[in-house]
Amino acid sequence: MSGDGGSGEGADRRSWPLWEVFIRGKRGLNHVHVGSLHAADSEMALRNARDLYTRRNEGVSIWVVPSAAITASSPDEKDPFFAPSGDKVYRHPTFYDIPDNVPHM
Amino acid sequence: MSSDNGVPSDNAYEALSEGGDDVRWAYGTGFADPLEGVDTTVPAGTDAADLTAYCLMLGDDALIMSHRLQQWCADAPELEDEVALANIGLDLLGQARLLLSRAAAAEEAANGTGGRGPADDSDGPPRGEDRYAFFRAEHEFRNVRLAELERGDFGELIARLLVFAGWRLAVLRQLTSSRDPVLAAIAAKGVKEVSYHRDYAAQWLIRLGDGTAFSRERAQAGLAAIWPYVPELFTPHEIERRLAAAGVAADPAGLRGELDDVLAQVLPAATLEVPDLPPRAGVAGRTGRDGVHTEAMGHLLAELQSVARADPEATW
Repeated sequence: MSGDGGSGEGADRRSWPLWEVFIRGKRGLNHVHVGSLHAADSEMALRNARDLYTRRNEGVSIWVVPSAAITASSPDEKDPFFAPSGDKVYRHPTFYDIPDNVPHM
Repeated sequence: MSSDNGVPSDNAYEALSEGGDDVRWAYGTGFADPLEGVDTTVPAGTDAADLTAYCLMLGDDALIMSHRLQQWCADAPELEDEVALANIGLDLLGQARLLLSRAAAAEEAANGTGGRGPADDSDGPPRGEDRYAFFRAEHEFRNVRLAELERGDFGELIARLLVFAGWRLAVLRQLTSSRDPVLAAIAAKGVKEVSYHRDYAAQWLIRLGDGTAFSRERAQAGLAAIWPYVPELFTPHEIERRLAAAGVAADPAGLRGELDDVLAQVLPAATLEVPDLPPRAGVAGRTGRDGVHTEAMGHLLAELQSVARADPEATW
């Protein structure tokens, strides 16, 4: 934290890395992002997630992912990324008649 | 489903709830009463006075240890661990409430009065769990001394929690087959909770012991601080022995092996040594289970009981 900002090691020794937490509920099919936490390693992250995010009987399964491992789109890219799909209604499968015996559509 | 500003409008927690849940709560579902459908009469052939005393023993262990854990609120090394310690304290407080309520019911069955005797039935402190927690004197508490010891540092807390949870888990496992269906149900709930407490403490003891020279020294010192109080955990009181013979209680004398097995796994991984320290004797052989406590107990109770005693009519 002193002068040698370039070493990379001393910079952040006092804080643990950030982890993103995903929880699958009792009825949920997929894991849902619920928040983040600090932990020294993945085992601790899993236990901290249990203590922070499943206190009210929410979950049956937990994933933890290092926040640094996530690549996110930026707000600056919003228009080129998402606007082009805004007027392409034909991409929705609403022009088909779905037979009665096809579930989960 | 996205609104125009690109922010998803659906709540991430919606997928976590179950149908038919109370809609006031965003999440958190399927809560169950651990005593639902359990026969609460004192089983035939069980001495109700003994059962009262035994429930106080187990309940006081949980209550006093919970208080020590609560003292870490706003004082833990990391926010995440603060929540973890509060969770563990709340688990134990929940066990204490069930056990003290069971003690009140057994006391009522023992003297047929409602627990406080007919003479002073009209006013005074409330009955049941609160009366036991807030209006008993120090010598009436039956908890082991390990639970009440003065709060140390994080190393001491972790060492104490590992031994306490390892011992309590062994006791509760036995109690799941108790002849008292209420004790069995409380134990069945507690086993899952205390298994996690033991796991949490074991993980941390390994991190501290196998960490830096300083953390190892603190962990070893923490073990040394609590070690003289370990033999007391496995020394049965005569009430425990009597009730164990009747199939109601767990006899702690036979449970030392389970804790030793845990320590034999955790301590080497943590590069810590088993302390070589003699047991801390009680007074004329009497210890926590007899109501004979350490100096720390009076201070703890003063804090624990002050609000309820200042305003005995208060409700919460």
